[in-house]
Amino acid sequence: MPGRIQSIERAAAILRLLSGRARRLGVAELAGELELPKGTVHGILRTLQVVGYVEQDQESGKYQLGPALLHMGSSYLDGNELRKRALNWADSLATQSGESVRIGTLHENQVLIVHHVFRPDNTRQALEVGALMPAHATALGKALLARHSYVAAELAGRGRLVAYTPETVTDVYRLRQELEEVSRRGWASEVGELVPGRASIAAPVEDGRRLTVGAIGITGSIDRLCDDGRLHIELVEYVTGAARAVSRELGAIPW
Amino acid sequence: MSGRYVAAIDQGTASSRCFVFDERARIVSVAQQEHRQHFPRPGWVEHDPQEIWTNVQSVVEAALERVEVSAREVCALGIANQRETTVLWDRRSGAPVHNAITWQDVRTDRICREIARGYGEDRVRERTGLPVSTYFSGPKIRWLLDHIPGVRERAEAGEVLFGTIDSWLVWNLCRRHVTDVTNASRTLLMNLHTLDWDPELLAAMDVPAAMLPEIRASSEAYGEAAGPLAGVPVASALGDQHAALVGQTCFSPGEAKCTFGTGSFLLFNTGARPVASGHGLLTTLGYRLGTEAPAYALEGSIAITGALVQWFRDNLGLIGSAPEIETLARSVQDSGGCYFVPAFSGLFAPHWRSDARGVITGLTSYITKGHLARAVLEATAWQTRDVLEAVNSDDGHRLAELRVDGGMTANHLLMQFLADVLDVPVTRPIVAETVSLGAAYAAGLAVGFWPDLDSLKHNWRKAAEWLPNMDPRERERGHRKWKKAVARAVDWLDDDD
Repeated sequence: MPGRIQSIERAAAILRLLSGRARRLGVAELAGELELPKGTVHGILRTLQVVGYVEQDQESGKYQLGPALLHMGSSYLDGNELRKRALNWADSLATQSGESVRIGTLHENQVLIVHHVFRPDNTRQALEVGALMPAHATALGKALLARHSYVAAELAGRGRLVAYTPETVTDVYRLRQELEEVSRRGWASEVGELVPGRASIAAPVEDGRRLTVGAIGITGSIDRLCDDGRLHIELVEYVTGAARAVSRELGAIPW
Repeated sequence: MSGRYVAAIDQGTASSRCFVFDERARIVSVAQQEHRQHFPRPGWVEHDPQEIWTNVQSVVEAALERVEVSAREVCALGIANQRETTVLWDRRSGAPVHNAITWQDVRTDRICREIARGYGEDRVRERTGLPVSTYFSGPKIRWLLDHIPGVRERAEAGEVLFGTIDSWLVWNLCRRHVTDVTNASRTLLMNLHTLDWDPELLAAMDVPAAMLPEIRASSEAYGEAAGPLAGVPVASALGDQHAALVGQTCFSPGEAKCTFGTGSFLLFNTGARPVASGHGLLTTLGYRLGTEAPAYALEGSIAITGALVQWFRDNLGLIGSAPEIETLARSVQDSGGCYFVPAFSGLFAPHWRSDARGVITGLTSYITKGHLARAVLEATAWQTRDVLEAVNSDDGHRLAELRVDGGMTANHLLMQFLADVLDVPVTRPIVAETVSLGAAYAAGLAVGFWPDLDSLKHNWRKAAEWLPNMDPRERERGHRKWKKAVARAVDWLDDDD
């Protein structure tokens, strides 16, 4: 296998940062994020500007994704569009499972919650739309990481992962193994890895190009989601069924 | 009573759908079919009643087949329908004498002006709770009687019958000529106090009593169905917005729902007596369950809400799809002092200014498309606040929370801003299909599938809640500016326009 080209990796890292929530960043901010000299970052930005992948805002001097990139048909799907298209399926998943439902997309190696349906028991709950959650400690995150190996590789490159509970998978090798398993079976789970006593199940959502544009899943207490330490297969089927339904809604080939 | 399910038909302006619900009000199955829109002349919109009946039968069949439910397992069928759309048919053959004239159709403009001048707008409002408008069925009946040769004579002899879509469907399902109070309340012919056809209004509109259906409760068994649901009692009929009020379980005075679609409809339960509006709202029936006292409602309709987002997408091209407006709007912190009054065809409740046209105010060189996107969304919230203020001036009950449904509830920025400017929590139920659910509830109640209103309230599940989170001074300042913007929209049309 030929060696990896460092400058391309760096250019890709810059584009990923610019596709994140901030959408517009200066040279210094990018250099700081990437821990690279400003000169190096500036050189890469100039080249990306020439090919139309980034553009510079006249007034602020900051950089943002360029039109060429946006028109290339990237996997970008507006989170609000995803919510709108998934609305009915998310509601029925909450009704079927009796648990709260969340839909997430990847943003800067984290999970951005784009939709949230309350657990249908009329208790007081707060909307979490817009919140960011750690990818390696959530079922939504694992479902997404399994389909976005570059993000998983970047997380792994940071060495040990943050532990939220004693159950959190912090070992990169173990996470990678689990993601392979997720990829094989088509759904992800997490048991007490983010909050003690809570578990979640999630499955990826694809669009018409078979690109993974998000994940949908349920979260609830371990008592309700698990039986003798094993997840209820019925709940897993509800989640994968909902993911298939949303994918179909987005034009993915029915399967 | 036998059966584990209730079926509901939602006969809408664009399509007919059939839903099957279980005891916990969960959707078990759904089928949908669109029907053709006929535009014989500018401003005229017709539907083919036969096509609607054929579609209704096939969606009922499809919904049952999909989950392998037989008619025996269905204990009742309910109907929710597009309101005011008018059908005349031959009693013997069952054949329509003309296409249905839909609610949007404005051909009765001249008839309405004559009635308003001759009989008097105020007298009509006193008796019906409605302004004289092309929406309502009475003038549409009159137009058909005047324009289709021979129909008036046959109607006077009771050979040609009138019905709104609920009547048309019940007639075809079980050969009974009935309608419910909510649909009858949209004809301009029913007296709001007696809940019966008003002889004086019939005379004023020149409509023979012999052609009119019997007015019944919204929830009672009208007869047994034939066809795919043979033997199943047809047990409810409600206009779609009224069905949504029931589906949202707004059963107590002071409870309200608002459906946010292309336009928006707020219905506010005022309890056992009709409340006359001094602020241009409609006084209407909420529902009537069996032999219980009727529940009345105030209704405020807003012509342009979701339609403004569509306009922003299609006519300005600043977004590719309607949901993207939220993304664009979130690119800025606020509307930058920009206000958008979408008075595209005048202002409706509570202003009723047909001389108004749309304005965008507060423009400065600072304003970007992001600010405009915000102003577009905020316009829906401010218009809802105007309607709710009118309700508050007409009725003593205070709103504790607004229950919402419809496509725009997917927009979190809008729902939060709505809670902020109304200063009440805004809640969305987990069953978004409140119209069909309301029809199912009313039908299920009639046959004892659900014992009482409490059991229905128990089924209502909160899927999302937005709590007010705005500085009161900021709210009042925003509202003041909105009112100034509205003042700039009115008095735009001139006599020679």
